[in-house]
Amino acid sequence: MSPLLHVSNVSKRFGGFIALDGIELEVQQGERVGLIGPNGSGKSTLVNCICGALQNEQGSVHFDGHAMDGLAAHQRTHRGLARSFQLPRPFVSLSLADNIRVPMLYTVHKRTGPLHADSVDARCIELLRLVGLDKKARHMPRDLTQVEMRKLELARAVAAEPKLLIADESMAGLSHTEIEDILALLKQLNERGITIILIEHIMSAVMSFSQRLVVLVSGKKIADGKPEDVVRNPEVVRAYLGQ
Amino acid sequence: MNTLRFTIICLLVGVAVYICGHLLGVGYVFFAGYTILQFVVLSSAWNILGGYCGYVNFGSAAFFALGAYSTVFFYKFNPLPIPILIVIGAVVSGIVGLGMGYLTLRLRGAFFAIATLAMAVVLQTLVVNWTYVGGSRGAYIVREETVSIFGYSIEYIEYLFLLMLALAIVSIVVSRTIARTQLGFGFATIRDDELAAEALGVPTLRLKLIATTISGALMGMAGAPFPYYIGYLQPASAFGLEYGVNSIAMPIIGGTTSWVGPLVGAILLGSLQQLATVTISSAVNLLIVGLLLVAFVVIAPNGLVGLVQERLRARRSK
Repeated sequence: MSPLLHVSNVSKRFGGFIALDGIELEVQQGERVGLIGPNGSGKSTLVNCICGALQNEQGSVHFDGHAMDGLAAHQRTHRGLARSFQLPRPFVSLSLADNIRVPMLYTVHKRTGPLHADSVDARCIELLRLVGLDKKARHMPRDLTQVEMRKLELARAVAAEPKLLIADESMAGLSHTEIEDILALLKQLNERGITIILIEHIMSAVMSFSQRLVVLVSGKKIADGKPEDVVRNPEVVRAYLGQ
Repeated sequence: MNTLRFTIICLLVGVAVYICGHLLGVGYVFFAGYTILQFVVLSSAWNILGGYCGYVNFGSAAFFALGAYSTVFFYKFNPLPIPILIVIGAVVSGIVGLGMGYLTLRLRGAFFAIATLAMAVVLQTLVVNWTYVGGSRGAYIVREETVSIFGYSIEYIEYLFLLMLALAIVSIVVSRTIARTQLGFGFATIRDDELAAEALGVPTLRLKLIATTISGALMGMAGAPFPYYIGYLQPASAFGLEYGVNSIAMPIIGGTTSWVGPLVGAILLGSLQQLATVTISSAVNLLIVGLLLVAFVVIAPNGLVGLVQERLRARRSK
């Protein structure tokens, strides 16, 4: 079976700084992949290159059998890629329900044709219920706590009905129980058939979530395999703990 | 309320305004009213890009002047009825809006604002050096005393007032319709967070081009009848500071997030300026705008509409 996402030889530089250096990555349909690496290792840059927020200079990204190179971010979203941001970026002047409505109007619409207004409303509430925010549907994002903000971020990405969801540090700064909450949510989404790439610093979360672990260090991929094997890899240990 | 019903209500209000003006029996009412309505169009148009999308345009005067100067061009070339000139003004300014958008919309914040200001200066320089439309000397437009519509003969200024009233209704209906449709949601996401909007599938560049085109076209429409209103058009008056400043100040004072704000701001500020022109001098107009703008930015940064909304929300939550 051909992979859902195929990143081949992707490189990205900012001036003289090489942020990504010949990255190879394959993600199969339905997989849960953890992507880890120290600060500045190029994780977010890789996400940006996959999602189209940045264009890679070298290499190519194939998603669902199509080349993504040169496509704008919104076109990639229309084809089934979705992401959440490291720092939540809600639309502050729109209510929670309207935040969820945006990807439905602009992405789901595009695939299925015009949706009925009532069914969009119902789906907004359904998605907010999934993350436990349905009672706040009419609230503004400024009324939310940090963990609620991250849940909104995930619900909004899921509203685009993606095949692949890239969750960029959706747990940073959260308490233990809040992390459990988000993990449970992500697993639930995966059971619904959404392939997930989780980018995270919190090792316990990544270990319990991922079926496969990929490690980036200084823009290079240094390990890719079963989580328990990867964390014993001497190179990974060196990158994380020093020599 | 659906758009059709809203349009009918707007038309009825328009008719009522006209009849009231007529009953007063003072021609000056139409003269002053024209200016106020012109600002309703300009501020609603500015708000589509500046308020809905969050892109501040300092070059409103240029779009307005383009409409006015396309009229001057056709006056010299082959005079046409004003309604047709309005359509031409809309097309010319709309195309320039689209082109400006294409060139500048990759800029954000202050850089975009500076680019629009620069565009206004470039266009003014072109017009100043184009002798066919009068160059720096300006152009005289001679209008008839009266116009006959459906057999009725009315004063020319009344005719211009009616045209501007129609344009004001068009711009309000357009502005309200945008805010309530998918386009309005898209514009709001651009204002709030462009990167997130793009990641959720909003084609931000295309939407911004739509906004600059509609906004420019409406401003051009407002400018097209202006030479007939003023009688003598020179670059300094068409590209005047007051158009750029007023079309920003009126929506900000009224409130930028809905179609109501620019309407309220334009009526309030426009009437105040007309009053000052008659009682004190037209020179104090910009002073009034400046002082009010400072006051509102400090006291009510979300404008009058925002102020009322906050009060209502506070009362509801009590």
